[in-house]
Amino acid sequence: MQKIPITVEVNGRKASREVEPRLLLVHFLREALGLTGTKIGCDTSQCGSCTVHLDGMAVKSCTVLAVQANGSQVTTIEGLGNGELHPMQQAFWDNHGLQCGYCTPGMIMTATKLLEENPNPSDEEIRDGLEGNLCRCTGYENIVKAIRAAAETARGGS
Amino acid sequence: MYPEAFSYHAPSTVEEALALLERHGDDAKLLAGGHSLLPAMKLRLSGPTHIIDMKHLRGSLDYIRDEGDDVAIGALTTHRSLERSELLRGKLPVLAETAGCIGDMQVRNLGTLGGSVAHADPAGDLPAAVLALDAVLVAQGSGGTRTIAAGEFFHGFFETALEAGEILIELRIPTLAAGSGSSYQKFFHPASGYAVCGAAAVITPDASGNVASCRVALTGVSEGAYRATAVEEALVGKPFSEELAAAAAEHAADGIEPLEDYFADATYRGHLAKTFVKRALLTAWERSG
Amino acid sequence: MAKYVGARQKRVEDPRLITGNARYLEDVQLPGMLHAAVLRSPYAHARIDSIDTSAASRLPGVVAVFTGQDFADLNPLPCAWQAGGVTNNANTPRVLEIDKVTHTGMGIAVVVAEDRYAAEDALAHIEVAYSVLPTVVDAKKATEAGAPQLHENAPDNICMTWECGDQDGTDRALGASDVVIREHLTNQRLIPTAMEPRGAIGSYDPGTEEYTVWMTSQAPHVMRLLMTAFVMGIPETKMRCLSPQVGGAFGSKIFLYPEYPMVAVLAQKLGRPVKWTESRQENYIATTHGRDHQTDFEVGALRDGTITALKVTTYANLGGTLSTIAPGIPTSLYGSMLSGTYKIPHLHCQVYGVYTNTAMVDAYRGAGRPEATFVIERAVDLVARELNLDPAEVRRKNFIQPEDFPYEPASNLLNGLAYDSGEYEKALERALEQVGYREFRQEQQEARQQGRYLGIGLSSYVEICGVAPSKWVGLPGEGWGAGLWESANVRVHLTGKTVVTTGSQSHGQGLETTMAQVVADELGIPIEDIEVKHSDTMSTPFGYGTYGSRSAAVGTIALYNSVQRIKEKARKLGAHMLEASEEDVVYQDGNVFVKGSPEQAKTIQEIAGAAAVAYDLPAGMEPFLDDTAYYDPPNCTYPFGTHICIVEVDTDTGRVEIKRYLSVDDCGPVINPLIADGQVQGGITQGIAQALYEFAAYDDSGQLLTASMMDYAIPKAEHLPHFENSHTVTPSPVNPMGIKGIGEAGTIASAPAVVNAVVDALSPFGIRDINMPLTPQAVWRAIQEAGR
Ligand SMILES: Cc1cc2nc3c(=O)[nH]c(=O)nc-3n(C[C@H](O)[C@H](O)[C@H](O)COP(=O)(O)OP(=O)(O)OC[C@H]3O[C@@H](n4cnc5c(N)ncnc54)[C@H](O)[C@@H]3O)c2cc1C
Ligand code: FES
Ligand code: FES
Repeated sequence: MQKIPITVEVNGRKASREVEPRLLLVHFLREALGLTGTKIGCDTSQCGSCTVHLDGMAVKSCTVLAVQANGSQVTTIEGLGNGELHPMQQAFWDNHGLQCGYCTPGMIMTATKLLEENPNPSDEEIRDGLEGNLCRCTGYENIVKAIRAAAETARGGS
Repeated sequence: MYPEAFSYHAPSTVEEALALLERHGDDAKLLAGGHSLLPAMKLRLSGPTHIIDMKHLRGSLDYIRDEGDDVAIGALTTHRSLERSELLRGKLPVLAETAGCIGDMQVRNLGTLGGSVAHADPAGDLPAAVLALDAVLVAQGSGGTRTIAAGEFFHGFFETALEAGEILIELRIPTLAAGSGSSYQKFFHPASGYAVCGAAAVITPDASGNVASCRVALTGVSEGAYRATAVEEALVGKPFSEELAAAAAEHAADGIEPLEDYFADATYRGHLAKTFVKRALLTAWERSG
Repeated sequence: MAKYVGARQKRVEDPRLITGNARYLEDVQLPGMLHAAVLRSPYAHARIDSIDTSAASRLPGVVAVFTGQDFADLNPLPCAWQAGGVTNNANTPRVLEIDKVTHTGMGIAVVVAEDRYAAEDALAHIEVAYSVLPTVVDAKKATEAGAPQLHENAPDNICMTWECGDQDGTDRALGASDVVIREHLTNQRLIPTAMEPRGAIGSYDPGTEEYTVWMTSQAPHVMRLLMTAFVMGIPETKMRCLSPQVGGAFGSKIFLYPEYPMVAVLAQKLGRPVKWTESRQENYIATTHGRDHQTDFEVGALRDGTITALKVTTYANLGGTLSTIAPGIPTSLYGSMLSGTYKIPHLHCQVYGVYTNTAMVDAYRGAGRPEATFVIERAVDLVARELNLDPAEVRRKNFIQPEDFPYEPASNLLNGLAYDSGEYEKALERALEQVGYREFRQEQQEARQQGRYLGIGLSSYVEICGVAPSKWVGLPGEGWGAGLWESANVRVHLTGKTVVTTGSQSHGQGLETTMAQVVADELGIPIEDIEVKHSDTMSTPFGYGTYGSRSAAVGTIALYNSVQRIKEKARKLGAHMLEASEEDVVYQDGNVFVKGSPEQAKTIQEIAGAAAVAYDLPAGMEPFLDDTAYYDPPNCTYPFGTHICIVEVDTDTGRVEIKRYLSVDDCGPVINPLIADGQVQGGITQGIAQALYEFAAYDDSGQLLTASMMDYAIPKAEHLPHFENSHTVTPSPVNPMGIKGIGEAGTIASAPAVVNAVVDALSPFGIRDINMPLTPQAVWRAIQEAGR
């Protein structure tokens, strides 16, 4: 079986491993590196639970091979706040933007990118921006609210 | 969930990639954004034993260039780049609009124009735009490059004019005539987000408000994206009106046996084709001038 | 003074969830752990002629391959809730099937390997010879002559025939009505789709002969009981079950599934821990589904809108075999609630529980009550339409009034129980006022003139929650093979830090917060000093788990009672410490003092310390502040409310857009509005999903066509409106906190509100009903057919 050495900078730290080419990035993060905050919710790339940042872009880590990420930088939910709560995490907490929490890491990773690109989104833009992330618990009401609140915080509002 | 085992190659030039393709033949698959291929491999619907990752070709195949009469776009350009390109928004807005309708942000960040077109998913969005824009596709094989007109490219269910061992490297899209309007109208499948029906239209008016020229293409409706020439013929040379658009749109599925599934049967899909062609025509006309 | 209860308290469980530090089942790694993958039948109905595992066993990384024969000494899984008072021809799955399958996805063999990729690879190398049998997927067709027969003990595929109410009286009343309206309703099959798929990990200690099973369960204590006593035949004391963090469930994680005892036995056989987690596809084909009713009803009314009788016949599809509590859902939790919020003098309901070649159907959020509410709320709208009356008016006319409580639905529908309390009209009026009902009717008229189709739909629901009274629900009554009380233990440690353990199980409801709120207020200590622990049979008292919106109205009351006893003991000890007489001291806000002298108080922390060091206790007092309470309520609780939905229908495409959605719910006093609203919003979403998007589609051969998230449409953010939620507060007399429950209300209320709105929008076309789900195609087709 072919094994390929890869080095990925995950949450600021370089991680080198030999992996099977077929290993998915999400399994690399969860199994090889023990970063289990990133979740798996589907087999068909719909749910977004596995969303991480790959070289600064939100991607579904279940639809990327670990070998494709060789030489790249990855940020997962564990590395988002640099040891503190990222304002988006805080906003999800403050606004009850989660129930079972399973979609939450992916949701937060998507939401941070959404605001980077559009710092002042309308509710409709937030809802559209979440099209790649499914939540079965919240009905999205408080997720939208949390993202709006995080946007306000980032703009220096209260 | 778990793809079958394969050997992995990451060539650094198109030539190397072509050599690998030739060596491994049918056992090999090119990997672009991976957003059609990997889902199929995870479900074990596809099991190539060699994967040729084109990530190192991004340097040479990821671009959007204004070349005067044409806009040239590298095959590895992502949906996201298409969607956000100022050049396209100005010159070929329907391409940016269509790319923006694909999947979600995460998918658009990795999925590529070349992958979408080469994959020829019957519910994929870009093939409709590529047809309506009358693009020319550039393929490279061991014997050199050749061009294929968009109208010749799509052969139904995941089938294209690309030959084994060829790589799609570029799309060349003629810039639109002055005053043209264009639009892509999509009926999203609520679960997959793919097109249950998608209609792309490009219309150029003449000075007196007649339709000088027009191209209309559909996706989602049939086994592959297609040009609705009967719609085009019903419009050209006539003064545009809502009634004319509606009457022309009635021809949206002429000669087509619409696809049928649990979500939309053939009758309903055929109806959607007409409805979305009409909407695309009206919006394109509104944007023209 | 309540400080926490009633406040929008942020959840205490969130920090670990938002940082990725919560441990779900998939995140649990044990040393030496192996990975299992299950081979599932691709056929919906087949005999298994032979299985050859030899090639698979030889593959690299594969440790062992087992088939049903290897588990033949285990009993089939039990069905713990059979329909009350009637024969149930029960057939349940085995850990792995041995000779026959009755739906796709049933387990046939299991590969255990060093990693999941290797296990998955081996599945393709197991050779199974099947004799494929004819299939039936439709419950009504399954009962007809000539239909394929699934089980020898169930002629015509009927598992059970159950009824409630009074057939003769209902027929007579229908005969005497001014109008009788008949309709056929489909309550389509849904897939619960918790975002976290199911899974289990087994481990075995040969030294102590003890099993430990981690699993995604809403009821670990019940799982242990069923696995040990019923399936494996070992003492309960030899197994520990735990649910780690559970990522949503909606009913689907109540039940015992074959894989749970399987991983336990595999761990024992192989001497290493074994993990199994399902893919989404497995989740769709092999985890339980919900609903799937076909119903015919007749409703009688007088010209003035008074409803005189309701007669209902339902075919409930139970799937290929019975899941753990499947027969209880379309009977006790459905037929019993068909009177809704109305005084209907005569009712009768007949239910056929039917086997078909489809996945097992069991409780899914709301479980029976959404189906009942759908029938009655559609029926009321149809009455209004037939008589040309306002649907709000017909509701008002028939509502059970506040003075009627406790209200026993007619025809002994509820088998001796009575609705506890309610002000149905108040909730309706509040909702109508908030939505601007009259103004909307005006707007609707104007829109129609411009060719736009707006519609409004009402749903005034009542549900049954806190499902518990053991006497009622148990075997002699509704057929549940156990009681349904709940438990809690409260321990105040030396420094006053308090640990609460509960038999309830939190999987998104925020029980760690709401329970802590109650304890904090009652004990008078900061919420930070309280830890709520659950989901481990070793460290929590036996409890039946979390479902049926019972963790507030039953689980939390057990906790409340326990805290009262702790307080009483603290008061006595405090009196002793203050050298005062017991009668003179009071417990208030965490302090014990002589009435009138709060300045000389002993704090709960001081008292807890004194109770623990125990140098000086009153004569006869045991050390430590520790109490366990078991609570079996006298009745269920009956939350209610009115939901209103406004839609616009695009008649070109049939697409429905929800313009507004508004809810007024009454769950009694709200412990935490933040959490209650969240529950309502999530619940409404699942009902909207049923009305417009979701359906599990089978083809005639029993293949699930919607077996992935690419096909099964769970709603996205863009599909949903902003929700306008509010509450009225009518305490329940059933329990000391007056709590009713809120976990399922949204789902129960919302589907009929949406369907009523769409039908209202399309009334100019003469459309009076469209079967769910109201997909664009279904709506478009209805318009086409009406136009003809
Ligand atoms: C969740 C999800 C939602 C999606 N929604 C949509 C949607 O709404 N609309 C839509 O149109 N698409 C959708 N897609 C598909 C997406 O657009 C894909 O990115 C695209 O179809 C394929 O592009 P790719 O670069 O990912 O190609 P890959 O998956 O890498 O390749 C696809 C196929 O094309 C071949 N190929 C790739 N590049 C070339 C090339 N340059 N020359 C020759 N052959 C090549 C590959 O060998 C492979 O067979 C979705 C995908 C996902 C996962
Ligand atoms: S796991 Fe669902 S999108 Fe990646
Ligand atoms: S919080 Fe449970 S899936 Fe989103």
